[in-house]
Amino acid sequence: MLYKYNFEELALLLERGEVRSVDIADSFLKRIQNYDKKINSFITVDEEKLYLQAEESDARRKKGGELSRYDGIPIAVKDNICTKGIKTTCASKILENFIPPYNAAVYEKLKGSGFILLGKTNMDEFAMGSTTEASFFGPSKNPYNTEKVPGGSSGGSAAAVSANLAPAAIGSDTGGSIRQPAAFCGVTGIKPTYGRVSRYGLVAFASSLDQIGTFGNCVDDAALLLSVISGYDKRDSTSIDVEVDFHPEKLRDDLNEIVIGVPDEYFKGVSEDIRNNIEGKLKELEVNGAKIEKISLKYIDYAVPVYYLIATAEASSNLARYDGIRYGYRSDAASTLDELYSKTRSEGFGKEVKRRIMLGTFSLSSGYYDAYYLKALKGRTLIIEDFKKAFSKVDVIITPTTTTTAYNLGEMINDPLQMYMSDILTISANLAGIPGISIPAGLDREGLPIGLQIMGSHFREKKIFGLAAIIEKICEPIHPEI
Amino acid sequence: MEYEPVIGLEVHVQLNTKTKIFCSCSTKFGSEPNSQTCPVCLGLPGVLPVLNREALKKGILAGMALNSRISQYSKFDRKNYFYPDLPKAYQISQFDKPICEGGYVEIEANNKKKKIGITRLHLEEDAGKSIHSEDPARNISYVDLNRTGVPLAEIVSEPDIRSGDEAYEYLQKIKSLMKYIEASDCNMEEGSLRCDVNISIRKKGASEFGEKVEIKNLNSFKAVRSAINYEIERQTRMIQYGNKIHQETRLWDADKNETYGMRSKEDAHDYRYFPDPDLAPVILDSAFIDEVKKELPELPDEKRERFIAQYNLPQYDAGVLTSIKQLAQYFESVVEKGADPKKASNWIMSELLGKIDDAEKIDAFPVTAEMLAGLLKLIKNNTISGKIAKKVFDEMIKTGKDAETIVEEKGLKQVTDTAEIGSMIDRVIENNPKSVEDYKNGTKKALGFLVGQVMKESKGKANPQMVNEILVKKLN
Amino acid sequence: MGIDRDTILKVSKLARLELKDEEIAEFSGQLSDILSYVEKINELDTDTVKPSDHIVDLKNVFRDDETGPSIKPEEIEKMAPQFEGGHIIVPKIIEGS
Repeated sequence: MLYKYNFEELALLLERGEVRSVDIADSFLKRIQNYDKKINSFITVDEEKLYLQAEESDARRKKGGELSRYDGIPIAVKDNICTKGIKTTCASKILENFIPPYNAAVYEKLKGSGFILLGKTNMDEFAMGSTTEASFFGPSKNPYNTEKVPGGSSGGSAAAVSANLAPAAIGSDTGGSIRQPAAFCGVTGIKPTYGRVSRYGLVAFASSLDQIGTFGNCVDDAALLLSVISGYDKRDSTSIDVEVDFHPEKLRDDLNEIVIGVPDEYFKGVSEDIRNNIEGKLKELEVNGAKIEKISLKYIDYAVPVYYLIATAEASSNLARYDGIRYGYRSDAASTLDELYSKTRSEGFGKEVKRRIMLGTFSLSSGYYDAYYLKALKGRTLIIEDFKKAFSKVDVIITPTTTTTAYNLGEMINDPLQMYMSDILTISANLAGIPGISIPAGLDREGLPIGLQIMGSHFREKKIFGLAAIIEKICEPIHPEI
Repeated sequence: MEYEPVIGLEVHVQLNTKTKIFCSCSTKFGSEPNSQTCPVCLGLPGVLPVLNREALKKGILAGMALNSRISQYSKFDRKNYFYPDLPKAYQISQFDKPICEGGYVEIEANNKKKKIGITRLHLEEDAGKSIHSEDPARNISYVDLNRTGVPLAEIVSEPDIRSGDEAYEYLQKIKSLMKYIEASDCNMEEGSLRCDVNISIRKKGASEFGEKVEIKNLNSFKAVRSAINYEIERQTRMIQYGNKIHQETRLWDADKNETYGMRSKEDAHDYRYFPDPDLAPVILDSAFIDEVKKELPELPDEKRERFIAQYNLPQYDAGVLTSIKQLAQYFESVVEKGADPKKASNWIMSELLGKIDDAEKIDAFPVTAEMLAGLLKLIKNNTISGKIAKKVFDEMIKTGKDAETIVEEKGLKQVTDTAEIGSMIDRVIENNPKSVEDYKNGTKKALGFLVGQVMKESKGKANPQMVNEILVKKLN
Repeated sequence: MGIDRDTILKVSKLARLELKDEEIAEFSGQLSDILSYVEKINELDTDTVKPSDHIVDLKNVFRDDETGPSIKPEEIEKMAPQFEGGHIIVPKIIEGS
């Protein structure tokens, strides 16, 4: 039952020699073999490589000497993060067999702390989506109800952690792609401050919004994993050199010292069960000493349009390199160079990706740039100022993570506009670059998980994780039947 | 109806940093294809650019050499288009906030001095190279990405140029400046300098511009001049026959010496420029700019004027000496070691430059400045004649020995002893009665012949002026 | 604003995407809807607002001019769909295309 343990528990067992890394790998592999056909959370699981890494870890531990506490623990990694020698597909046909010749910075850091790679997880193609249905490898399912989506785009990572197919996982969040699936799957998900985690090796979707983050079954695990992958990287010009001060040991806060901001705008259009749950938690926090203050984040209605203009513009440029010339899928129906480009890209990309590339190309094109892209950049400034103002009054902001619990499979995928609008509660944090965490706050009447989101100002991960750890204690523990 | 050409040049200069502008691959020219790339310049998924500080510095120095304003705020933008030698399908360039704006260079063409304005200078990354297969059975092109990511400075001139000659001089000036600040080799044949021409025609005195034609595929400064001359004629003729000039891109055919329109109509590119979110803006305060300015050497025009004033050299000499920085340095060292500036200048121009392939490499020339100064001193104090000195110079190049040693070893000291010369002259007079008679009869040429005979007698070592004087005295 | 068929064709050419007729129709409708929605940003008063192209206070991020390791041509060969004589192969590039 090793798959049920958190990092601390596994670390202790490893330290005491009661368990080997190979045993842990075994436990998760069996679990994957039994359940992943139903969940489809992994794209690649290389058993041979996994055992090799586990054996190497055990050998290191036997030898003695300095070792990370977590040496030998397997982690799932979203398939848009480059792992040298191991397929990195971004859940796209165009990279179906792409094997990167280099490692992402975060993967180097994971390895440096002794973590081993369990497998690469499923996602919406190129991280564009909110349901993980836009994957070339088929959708992932929600472990709480396999007729429902796990959320996206990091649906594979969220589902794997939720179903105990991985103790923890790495994902990426551009508009909520960690927090929303964390909420839907009943796990903890963190998007750090922009610049805290190196993007070197993260296949870019929207460069000014993308951040790599973590999933765990508890705040401590997600925070620990984040502390491992955080840090300045000179290969990323947007990487910020700031102290990693939120290791779980340091995460203890006093409720009496916290002022929690609650924006009414973030409760509009939210389902009754979710609203009641979050409001209930807020009341409890107040009873226990926290100060709750009403704030206004009035630009929320503009967040989705601003986001989709900026994100798709950047994406249209970031995805232009997929042309079948230097790597990836190349159409064999092409006889001219022009055809090589258009056939490769049309055959290689899925619909949602094409849609976003079209929208982005349009908003950057001559005659439209000022009205769309440039205007969106200005809208972004207003949203950033909005948060600055709020954080001058409060320490943290608490909201629901999503307006509803998990949708049915097939419900959103044909209505892109509806899907875009559903990101409304998570998207602003990406626009402002502030950190956000979603923790499981309970279940709705259908038995589907509800997520509670805490946002803080830049680089105040410690504060929001500290509060999250406290709130975690007053939330009913939930697990899927699997 | 008089027409005047309105010409602007767009010059791309490869900056000679060790590494590429956004990654640490080498920029060395001529390596095996695709051997100088990395995930970043290959545009693999997940990679990011980081700006090379040295490229920025060289760009700023280049702007200073062009009298430009260095921008306190500049940023990078993505220029999006598809081409096989452009891995990311966008070029990182600078659109609306380049590092340098404004400026000018001074040129002299057809004996007229003129200022050519500079619109801007910006930094961008180079693309790779593609070679097209000649084999008709294989419709393919070969792509080599070594060059992608090499730093370029794009220099855009104002449309102030009015002739092929002016364009030629402008390019020479740019090259000279870039070499002075050691920012680029500016070798058009090697591709470290590329030039596109924008040319239109208008009625003389008009203020509006005519339709612009762009000319590409120019491989040398001479080709630029020829292409412009051709194009001026072509456009003028067209207008005179009542035809309209259409905005287009034409290519220069170096074999046929003419421009030709491209086969397929090139759609105006929509580059969809937007600020590159992966790169930080460059914000320069005056302290930074002043630091960089310290590395700006005395520029060629300044140096030339100083040489004229300080060394009393004619414009032409000063121009030649300052055309290459290392040559100017060499000259000044020679003077510093005691030589007369005009003599040093003459010697360098007439004797030295002919014996050296590349004046930039003068530091590797076997005759150092000190050695040359030594040679000139021997001429000055009449130890050797000018003619002998040339021979000595050749020996110095061959052996690396200094002038004094060679003169000693080969016994080349000039003969200045009146008695010795006198006796030689006596001998020659005795042996050449006919010439003596010719001279006495008024044939001036005969004197030269007799002097020559004395020189031969002395194996060239006799002081020619003294021979002349004494000979004339003896003959009269 | 609506995105008509012509605009779809123009944009898809810019993006090097070849859309089937059904896709053109579908995208035309969906993108028109999405555009109408994002045009909401016109309600914002941004006259005195500066655009944010970066969200963190970034400036002057440089690297030293020191060489680092390059990838071997063999690695590129492994990734490239067509590779010959040290070069990446593409269909012939015609000038003006």
